[in-house]
Amino acid sequence: MTTTTTDGVLTAAGVSRPATAPRPTARILRRRAVPYLFILPALVLFAVFKLYPIGSSFLMSLYENVNGTQEFVGAGNYTRALDDPLLWTALKNTAIILVVQVPVMLALAVGIAVALNSTVLRGRAFFRLGFFMPTVTGLVAYGIIFAVLLNTQYGLVNWLLGLVGIGEVPWLTDPLWAKISLGLALTWHYTGYNAVIFLARLQSLPTELYDAAAVDGASAWQSFRHVTLPGLRPALLLTTVLSTIGTLQLFDEPYVLTGGGPDNATLTIGVYLYQNAFKYFDFGYASAVAYILTVLIGILGIVQFRLLGEKS
Amino acid sequence: MTLTATRPRPGRTPRSLLVTSSLGIAVAAVLLPFYWLIIAATHSSKEIFDSPPPLLPGGHLMDNLSTLESSAQFSQVIVNSLLITVIYTLAAGAICTLAGYGFAKFRFRGSGALFGLLMLGLVIPTQVTLIPLFKMMVDLEWLGTYQAVIMPNLALPFGIFLMRQSMAALPDELIDSARMDGCGEFRLFLKVVLPPMKPALAALAIFLFLFQWNDFIWPLVVLRDAGEFTIPVALASLQGLDQTDYGALLTGTALAAIPMALVFLALQRHFVAGLLAGAVKD
Repeated sequence: MTTTTTDGVLTAAGVSRPATAPRPTARILRRRAVPYLFILPALVLFAVFKLYPIGSSFLMSLYENVNGTQEFVGAGNYTRALDDPLLWTALKNTAIILVVQVPVMLALAVGIAVALNSTVLRGRAFFRLGFFMPTVTGLVAYGIIFAVLLNTQYGLVNWLLGLVGIGEVPWLTDPLWAKISLGLALTWHYTGYNAVIFLARLQSLPTELYDAAAVDGASAWQSFRHVTLPGLRPALLLTTVLSTIGTLQLFDEPYVLTGGGPDNATLTIGVYLYQNAFKYFDFGYASAVAYILTVLIGILGIVQFRLLGEKS
Repeated sequence: MTLTATRPRPGRTPRSLLVTSSLGIAVAAVLLPFYWLIIAATHSSKEIFDSPPPLLPGGHLMDNLSTLESSAQFSQVIVNSLLITVIYTLAAGAICTLAGYGFAKFRFRGSGALFGLLMLGLVIPTQVTLIPLFKMMVDLEWLGTYQAVIMPNLALPFGIFLMRQSMAALPDELIDSARMDGCGEFRLFLKVVLPPMKPALAALAIFLFLFQWNDFIWPLVVLRDAGEFTIPVALASLQGLDQTDYGALLTGTALAAIPMALVFLALQRHFVAGLLAGAVKD
């Protein structure tokens, strides 16, 4: 496909410009400005409300609030962070969610996607909708629902467990169970979302592969193991990286569900940062924590683009 | 894209029953909180925590609504949420669509670098910009205003990404031939580019609507008084009270879910397509 345009500026993507550029006239200059005009509003807003705060946040992280005046402390906030047991607790909590909740959720999502893709399933549209509903539920709403459902004494979940003879579970008041509750809430919220990504990928896999496996006498498990899983690889990669970045930024769920407690068992970096900034008004330190979080996510972002770039 | 597969109708085989019933149990577990939410919204705080808990609708919906109104100015809160969300969706939709088109259909100096810069926004956590943005709002004297909630996220990287992806699929011939006919660039954008983009625009609109409707931390930071709150902030403030009226709180939670569920149910095919185009967890 070759598209030639009058002045060589507005060429279609992938088409090289003519070797001899025409003389710059007012009209051409105007046409050269066109693409910039389309992106200008977005760029200006992004620069003002994203880039500037990112830079400003870094400067702020070099200062400390001493009796209402800002004192330059250099890397002081960062060295303080390294020795801050609460920050390490927050990092550890995040790591636990990453290692436990994310794999469980993704395995569930693969199972649901495979079942949704099954040729023998009835009522596919209803199921797809049902599993996806939690994804569009606001975080505050679902935090409140879970907080009440998981109430130790009065919650529906413990009442149901009581019916089958299981005693009261201290869902939100015990450090270990609070972590489990947070994991359950996250799994409820995001599994359907990941399942839909997997489902889309499954439906783009050529059916010939399954036919060939069937001809070779492969069992259902063998065709899952040797056709479905390798086929899902790019989607698995994508969901893993996205879940990792999402987990690192985790704020709303612990804030609404447990407030970071009990005994900081569900304290995440996001909640800790919020506490420092808006409870203790320690903006300098909160900014340093935010930057540490950015570096962590930046590393993962690079990994993300590397891995995804490799795929395509 | 549609996710509906064209397959022969499944029969009543044992395997079909097994797959369908196990998914049925799973989906029941997923949907249980929604059922319970609707039931709880019609009960008093006391009844919700009765043993056995209520499993059928009760008669306290009106009481809960009036408590909600008196303790959280909820009708004002709903108006705030609706106005903020609609204005945001329209404005951010326009900005992201313009930028998406600019990046998808033009080659210009710095386009790669500028797009990369915008995509930086996808990996930078919200929390980093929270404090400087808050200070900016203080300096602008915008605290407690709609624009404080709306402005900072108008150039949403995900939205720009989504529109660039969708616009890239538009045939260049269509644009070039309109250009040959002497169509102005902006008119071309409105009359030639936008019409075939309707599904993508729907996906973007749903995404922006849900994003703003559900957003919590930023409105929490910039809104001050109960009369200014959006629904998530109002709900969180009710939950923070010493004597939380759970009947009212859950009624409010159910009300918050209604517009979201309606938007989603009506346009879910577009929404799923939109999510898949970028597949990014907010």
